[in-house]
Amino acid sequence: MDAFEAIKATFFQECDELLADLESKLMLLEQGQTDLETINAVFRAVHSVKGGAGAFGLEALVRFAHVFETLMDELRGGRKPCDTVTIKTLLRASDVLADHIQAAQGLAPPVDEERSAGLVHELELLTHGGEAPPVVEEDEDDFGFTPMAFDAALDEPLADLGGSGEIEVAASEAQTGWRVLFKPHSRMYGSANEAGLLLRELGRVGPTTVSVDAENLPTLDILVAEEGYLTWTIDLTAEVDEKVVREVFDFVEADCDLTVSPLGGAPALEFEEEPPAVLPASDDLDVAALLAKAAGAAPPEAPAPAPAPVAAAPEPAPAPAPAPVPPPVAAAPAPTTAPVPPAQVAAPVAPAPVTIRVDLDRVDRLINVVGELVIQQAMLSQRVLESGLARSSGIALGLEDLELLTREIQDSVMAIRAQPVKSVFQRMPRLVREVADMVSKQVRLVTAGEDTEVDKTVVERLAEPITHMLRNAIDHGLETPEDRVAAGKPAEGTVRLAALHRSGRIVIEISDDGRGINRERVKKIAIDKGLIAPEAALTDEQIDNLIFLPGFSTAAVVSDISGRGVGMDVVKRSIQALGGRISISSVPGKGSTFTLSLPLTLAVLDGMVVSAADQILIAPLPAIVESLTPQESDLHYVGGVDPVIRFRERFLPLIDVAMTMGFRDTPVVPNEGVAVVVETEGGQQAALLFDAIQGQRQVVIKSLETNYQQVEGVAAATILGDGRVALILDVDVLVTDMRRKSGRPDFKLAS
Amino acid sequence: MKKTVLTVDDSRTMRDMLLMALEDAGYHVIQAVDGIDGLETLAANGADVVITDINMPRMDGFGFIEGMRADPNHRTTPCLVLTTESDAEKKARARAAGATGWIVKPFDPAKLVDAVRRVAA
Repeated sequence: MDAFEAIKATFFQECDELLADLESKLMLLEQGQTDLETINAVFRAVHSVKGGAGAFGLEALVRFAHVFETLMDELRGGRKPCDTVTIKTLLRASDVLADHIQAAQGLAPPVDEERSAGLVHELELLTHGGEAPPVVEEDEDDFGFTPMAFDAALDEPLADLGGSGEIEVAASEAQTGWRVLFKPHSRMYGSANEAGLLLRELGRVGPTTVSVDAENLPTLDILVAEEGYLTWTIDLTAEVDEKVVREVFDFVEADCDLTVSPLGGAPALEFEEEPPAVLPASDDLDVAALLAKAAGAAPPEAPAPAPAPVAAAPEPAPAPAPAPVPPPVAAAPAPTTAPVPPAQVAAPVAPAPVTIRVDLDRVDRLINVVGELVIQQAMLSQRVLESGLARSSGIALGLEDLELLTREIQDSVMAIRAQPVKSVFQRMPRLVREVADMVSKQVRLVTAGEDTEVDKTVVERLAEPITHMLRNAIDHGLETPEDRVAAGKPAEGTVRLAALHRSGRIVIEISDDGRGINRERVKKIAIDKGLIAPEAALTDEQIDNLIFLPGFSTAAVVSDISGRGVGMDVVKRSIQALGGRISISSVPGKGSTFTLSLPLTLAVLDGMVVSAADQILIAPLPAIVESLTPQESDLHYVGGVDPVIRFRERFLPLIDVAMTMGFRDTPVVPNEGVAVVVETEGGQQAALLFDAIQGQRQVVIKSLETNYQQVEGVAAATILGDGRVALILDVDVLVTDMRRKSGRPDFKLAS
Repeated sequence: MKKTVLTVDDSRTMRDMLLMALEDAGYHVIQAVDGIDGLETLAANGADVVITDINMPRMDGFGFIEGMRADPNHRTTPCLVLTTESDAEKKARARAAGATGWIVKPFDPAKLVDAVRRVAA
């Protein structure tokens, strides 16, 4: 059962991949690439979903996939055109298919019956071209017994033995037994079916008496191994339905003459039992050689249906001569019937696997261990340095190499976790379609850089912010088709989603060619909501950034698309939680671009090592703008208390980190320390005052929350080369929240 | 000596299902993901019975069976076609290509093993 569940899990995993594939292939179709291979690929994806779903009895999913598949089959057969209307329907059908899969997985409520049925109807309409669709019947069972019309031949069921391969059906009530006449055609052997095996199979149904008519058998020297020379008569004494008997010959029905008649019924042709077909073999006849010749290049282990000794006993296994006699096999397939030649023992020649699937836990464990390795290596370096060994000493040089290696191992391990952002990007076309439909806008989504790689955790957490921003772009950014045409733009709006690497970070850009941010309105809303003072003089950039403030929503009418109580502030916060930044640029009438910049990994960080009141702290390097020694003349005190520092013709708040963090109670004289100018994700700048800067270093991030709890102002911790723990500062919180908390009057939008 | 069954199917789910059912029944299972891979795997490892899907990328089941039958070493290796497509035309095509028999998806393990046993020498 567990194994079954595991396979089911695999199935759903595979479904995800199939859906992604389906989506991308449908996009190709949409772009006009309607070649057979693409259509076939879509067919296969749907077909595979259906196949798996059938195996797990997921009825609703099977039914829907079946209708989808039927249409795809028409398309690939060229019987229906793959036109725009069809492709649009296919796209929507793929969405419903995805919903069905989700529902089957128990991740979502059952698919809205009406919606599903509606699409089923649409698909059927396309499949059957306007006519009322016939009832689609799953006809999976037609391999079984195919009833045929009784006809006159019934009277003389054996008359056409050796004829055209027609099958007569005798009365089908269960008798005490059946007489089976069976004459294989050569074609039957060509498909690797064997009379001997069929007889063996029949022997499983009940006791059999087998006789063979070898009359037509030529002498061995002119015998063609795969020719049908023999006719078998099998008397089966078992009270079974005729269907059961015919099922044995299921696979070969078309390749043999077969009659099944009730035992003791019609007078059967009695074939005289031939003497065991040990042929008139003269002594000098090399049977093996002849057989080999006769069977062409067939391998010796392939039992050619050569003249067979006739087993007249109920023993159900008259095996063809060269094959080892298969012992009667019990219910379970006996693994001993035939010796497997050594060549068949699986020599694991792998068909060049390109990927392996590894449990994420294992990778994470590896990453952790490598993290420890980095720390250990740093400690070792420090010790060696302290021991006063010359830099040119063998140990020091070896250590340097070790450091390079360690760094390389670390990078390689990180690369294992790296994933293309494709998995997230692929989900977006559907979203765009749905949102566009809901707000009645025409939208084209253009994506770029899907192959850009980033840490798995980052990829996973990107989906939500991107989703939200795309919604915003369509709902708020783009105009209605009429407005667009009026503004001289194409009716169809374009939303672009792109990913790229830039200086060790991944950048995600979401841009639209819509109306841009209406700064007047944004400012008015911010004032109305009390987010800024009415008289505040703000630059365009600052106004644009207002939309990131908590509680801000630009839509005059809160729509059900983006007005779900989730504002851009939430997006911003989730990006920040990933150590990322978000920025916006907007040109009225031309559109807006949101830019997310994220670290490639959440496991290491480039940091500045600083000290404050005997504590070693790490300031994340990406946040640092500049460091300087405060000059007495640059320092001012607001209200005589809060220090500010002049930095490039502006005044920035100067934050004494040691005091803010509670390391000491009395402020230091600013010009004895070092001021580090930092910029928050929101673009706010401030100067942090430390005692000294110790250097710059890549540190391994160790979560504090896992083992302790979240500490305000501290993002995480790390272990330094000397074994000491250092806290990694959360610059944003430090600059915004903690200052505010200290009860000082705050500027809304300090900069 | 365990019998070796080669399963050729592009769906991982299906390969897993086959693997489970066949291994439970005491077969040794080797796998391939499409027709081309199937022929290569067959050439490299051999098999006592082959089970193949029809709809696969690169090379479909028909092509695979034809390729297999063209190889003198596997002219008489039983080959079952595994497919949901059960229409007579497909069946005839598979038969013409040299398929030994069929298994209709969805299959239950007992049926599958039964079919394999029936064609396995």
